[in-house]
Amino acid sequence: MNASVVVILALALGTYAFRLVGLVLHGRVEIPARAQELASAGAVVLLVALLATGALTESGGFAGWARPAGVLAGGVLAWRRAPFVVVVLGAAATTALLRLAGAG
Amino acid sequence: MSLVRDSSLVWLASGIVGVSFGAVSVAGGLPVWVPVVMSLVVYAGSAQFSAVGVLLAGGGPVAAAATGLLLNTRTAAFGLAVADIIGTGRASRLLGAHLVTDETVAFALAQSDPVRQRRAFWISGLGLFAVWNTGVLAGALAGGALGDTARYGLDAAFPAVLVALVLPQLRADATVRRCALLGAVVALAVTPAVPAGVPVLLALAGLFLHRRRPVEAAA
Repeated sequence: MNASVVVILALALGTYAFRLVGLVLHGRVEIPARAQELASAGAVVLLVALLATGALTESGGFAGWARPAGVLAGGVLAWRRAPFVVVVLGAAATTALLRLAGAG
Repeated sequence: MSLVRDSSLVWLASGIVGVSFGAVSVAGGLPVWVPVVMSLVVYAGSAQFSAVGVLLAGGGPVAAAATGLLLNTRTAAFGLAVADIIGTGRASRLLGAHLVTDETVAFALAQSDPVRQRRAFWISGLGLFAVWNTGVLAGALAGGALGDTARYGLDAAFPAVLVALVLPQLRADATVRRCALLGAVVALAVTPAVPAGVPVLLALAGLFLHRRRPVEAAA
């Protein structure tokens, strides 16, 4: 088998198993309220860690200033309860303009 | 409908990232079918990018698959978090599992009532799947003609989407806020030292700050 086929199959089956296990466990075993509380807090913790590393890092190093500046702009807009579209476009536009001006 | 309007921006951004995934893969020397089939059956953007990255860097299929799988371990926790939203039907579970992504989970959890959460999950999930795969196909066919997508600032759009989606929960719950802050600090601190995917998992250490809620009046 070709290397690409191996990667695709292993990744597809493994990923689907990960996704399904959470769903299936939920119905089969009685999950204590405390564990459910931790699971939903855990989802937020994971998402915040994803956004922090996504905003600041690239391949294990610093991503440059333009990206975190854009995310910060989006964060400020979100904090001020701006519509979702304004948050997303504001973040991308800030980063794009900073790059145009020569920031990393 | 506001769910469709809010989803459509995530779709747009994902579609463009999908185009760049297809283009990067083909420009790196993979045949068109590799990014296209991978997107359909794996359907996890960050894992796909890293697996193809390792493959193109000559890391071999085992390392490529392992990197992608490590990144996707988090989807098990997400599955647990959205299990109630997806419901217990066999078909909806089997299909819903494949649609569990960062964006769709965050979008569903950000809604206020269960009916809206369910609608948000399916609208965001199915739309994202369609747009992501269309984008990858277009990118793979277009090859390198698109240029550097970083110039459009899209790499900032994704973290910003997540900020907008988790902010309501962070505002509402001080305990979750403390856990998330500690988790983010841990993730950032270990990023230079560990393989991709591990920092986010270590962020779960932030849950140590999650104290048991005081017991309310007996139900």
